[in-house]
Amino acid sequence: MRATLTIARRELAGYFATPVAWVFIVIFLVLQGALTFGLGNFFDRDQADLLPFFQFIPWVFLLLVPAITMRLWAEERRLGTIELLLTLPVSQGQAVLGKFIAAWAFCAIALALTFPFVITVNLLGHPDNGAIATGYLGSLLVAGAFLAVGEAASALTKNQVIAFVLGVAICFVFAVSSYPLVTDFLGRNAPVLVALARRICITDRFLSFMRGLIEARDLIYFASFIGFWLFATSVIIEHRKAD
Amino acid sequence: MAALIEIEHLSKRFGAFTAVDDVSFSVARGEVLGFLGPNGAGKSTTMKMLAGFVTPSDGQARICGHDVQAAGIAARRCLGFLPEGAPTYPEMSVDAFLRFAAAIRGYRGAEASERVARAIDLTTLAGVRLQPIETLSKGFKRRVGLAQALLHDPPVLVLDEPTDGLDPNQKFEVRSLIAGMAKEKAIIISTHILEEVEAVCSRAIIIAAGRVVADATPGELARRHPSGKLDDVFRAITNPSPSRAA
Repeated sequence: MRATLTIARRELAGYFATPVAWVFIVIFLVLQGALTFGLGNFFDRDQADLLPFFQFIPWVFLLLVPAITMRLWAEERRLGTIELLLTLPVSQGQAVLGKFIAAWAFCAIALALTFPFVITVNLLGHPDNGAIATGYLGSLLVAGAFLAVGEAASALTKNQVIAFVLGVAICFVFAVSSYPLVTDFLGRNAPVLVALARRICITDRFLSFMRGLIEARDLIYFASFIGFWLFATSVIIEHRKAD
Repeated sequence: MAALIEIEHLSKRFGAFTAVDDVSFSVARGEVLGFLGPNGAGKSTTMKMLAGFVTPSDGQARICGHDVQAAGIAARRCLGFLPEGAPTYPEMSVDAFLRFAAAIRGYRGAEASERVARAIDLTTLAGVRLQPIETLSKGFKRRVGLAQALLHDPPVLVLDEPTDGLDPNQKFEVRSLIAGMAKEKAIIISTHILEEVEAVCSRAIIIAAGRVVADATPGELARRHPSGKLDDVFRAITNPSPSRAA
């Protein structure tokens, strides 16, 4: 566990050593602000809640989270440091998990910096702060799910652009898999997959968190989703580390 | 006592291409093995397999008795490895990078500081301790990689071209450093510089097209050619028909 945390600490410091962290945080906050107050009609709705804020979270993360993960392994490959890292006395699993924890902690920091939204809504009315808390928990889980996908995409290539595009594409599939666009298509071509597509949709799972509900099956879903993609990352690294 | 490094019938194939072909040798404590061969002969691949980074197609490697595949972490604890090109994290300072390596190896607090200070001292990096690695010259970067490999005072050192990019003074220092540690360790260094082999190695292996073609002391090797020069022996062994090639 110590080695995992050491790797996580180094990665997290790495985000802040380059402009990536600051660019990400500023763009994230500007986008969330613009979408919540503009498209989300935060004021006109006349409701003391953060639904307009949370409804855009998965879509903003869809675009930005793969930008955090794209360097995780692609950069190690490009610099050759993957050879250094994996010949230190750490297991592949520890390295994969350490990098994931760093990226997740970074997303948590970005989310925490949205606190002015919470203050604003509390000043204007009496919101259900429990629902806001579950909304944040759900947002963190959505970030974790996208991060795990993004880390796997990054492990596949030494090119960060490919890692980013691949990450966005895979995350997008899981974000819209219950949408009519997808289910109609599957209904015509592979009806057996329709039920599955509905159940694995990340944005659907996020809805109950937005409404203030924490359901065990959703927690299990996110845990297994993240676990699956981290395991996939580990397998990819094992097979392609020296390529 | 068994040799600290044991390599048995190690092979690596990439598709139809065989990079390393049935290589076996062992290195005991006190030996400095010079690993020679033309570019693409399989030196780095062999070292990567020994470090557990590349999975062999066949055969085994053991460090201090630990199989590098089955007991990789135990084997890598005994190993100081300088990978090809001495990769390091460019945005980190020398100090932060070495502290990271120390933390990964389980050193904490005062002990970690002591280890880092000693490694910096051995590789004469004190002047650039707080500089980001990306701002350093090639020679300094290589010494940072070397410092990382020496940090935990491992019984086994595997150094892929440790003096590449160093100026003559730095080369001399690194060679003295290696010679000074030779008694307690088993060391493999790969190099293109044949005078280096004569200067620090107690034994030399020449590898060509993935196979070991010579394994002897530098002195014995040199006697295999009428000129008595290691250069000529190297050329004769690794490029057996220069007349045809010309």
